[in-house]
Amino acid sequence: MSAFHLAQMNNARLSAPLDDPSMADFVQGVTLMNDLADRSPGFVWRLAGETGDGTIRLPADPRTIFTLSVWESVEHLRAFAYQSAHLDYLRRRREWFVPHGHRDALVMWWLPAGRWPTLRAGISRLGRLWADGPTPDAFTFRQPFPAPVPAV
Amino acid sequence: MSEDLDDLDALASLADRVRRQAYRLVADATAPVGRDEVAEALGIGRTLAAFHLDKLVAAGLLDTSYARRSGKTGPGAGRPAKLYRVAAAERAVSVPPRAYRTAAELLAEALEQAGAEEVLYQVAQRHGRDASAPSEVTELLTAYGYAPMPDGPERIELRNCPFHRLAEQFPPVICGMNLALITGLLAGGEWVARMEAAPGRCCVTVSKKQSD
Repeated sequence: MSAFHLAQMNNARLSAPLDDPSMADFVQGVTLMNDLADRSPGFVWRLAGETGDGTIRLPADPRTIFTLSVWESVEHLRAFAYQSAHLDYLRRRREWFVPHGHRDALVMWWLPAGRWPTLRAGISRLGRLWADGPTPDAFTFRQPFPAPVPAV
Repeated sequence: MSEDLDDLDALASLADRVRRQAYRLVADATAPVGRDEVAEALGIGRTLAAFHLDKLVAAGLLDTSYARRSGKTGPGAGRPAKLYRVAAAERAVSVPPRAYRTAAELLAEALEQAGAEEVLYQVAQRHGRDASAPSEVTELLTAYGYAPMPDGPERIELRNCPFHRLAEQFPPVICGMNLALITGLLAGGEWVARMEAAPGRCCVTVSKKQSD
């Protein structure tokens, strides 16, 4: 087992409240995709919501939802995100989310295996990605960085 | 430019007719193939088949692996056979130099940032519908480079993604465009396209319309 795991945080801004009829497919998909993630190869951990609908939100801004999870590798996360039923939900994201513009919505970083990230840490990593572009501390699928080599 | 000329070297190795047939055989196969199969299919000797296959490997167009084909193991199973499959690297040569891939990347990124995917999907579907495509489904999918492979009488998987590099960079945008394009190509027929992403093949599958 590798000494480092991959953490990812993603956020999306909803185009309508979750109880709006236009969001029904998405709301249904959240549970399905959380379940799919849980049994995907390389899945380690994810932050489970307390809202009952499977989403993660901050009280101050209920229109923005988050995912925060840990995977064994970038390739495992890529396989879940883009080579599973999850891709069809990504394809339809404009039905439910406001476009992000030039700022990335997803950030990844490495953390020692066995540790869980916090949402606050994820938001801070996203800020670093926006400020500095992809670096080993905050990167994207399009420009991933390898896991750190543990000191011997 | 020098990279382009490397690509030209690779592609020039396909100028030989027999070698081109050997490449096509490997490319069309659903699993890695050995020299014996190529020799038999082309009606040439095994040594000549191996010669052409190894030239294609040297040119970077094919990759090799080794496996025992009979399933036997241990002493007496014989040496593992050398098997050939198409290399993942893409080759393109343009004279004079053209950079359509760069243009496509810029367009895809801009479109994603603008959130204009729905427009792209509509355009793709309309182009698919308006295309003068063969009506037989396998012929049609082959003509568009999808390398269709039937999975029973009611379902077809697509072994090649014509937009592979771009789809890896912008999966939702390009796979969505691809689904819309195939949906358009199949419009009015008895087959439908659906998104069914899986590793190692196109994200779209094609199935017989349910009659009920």
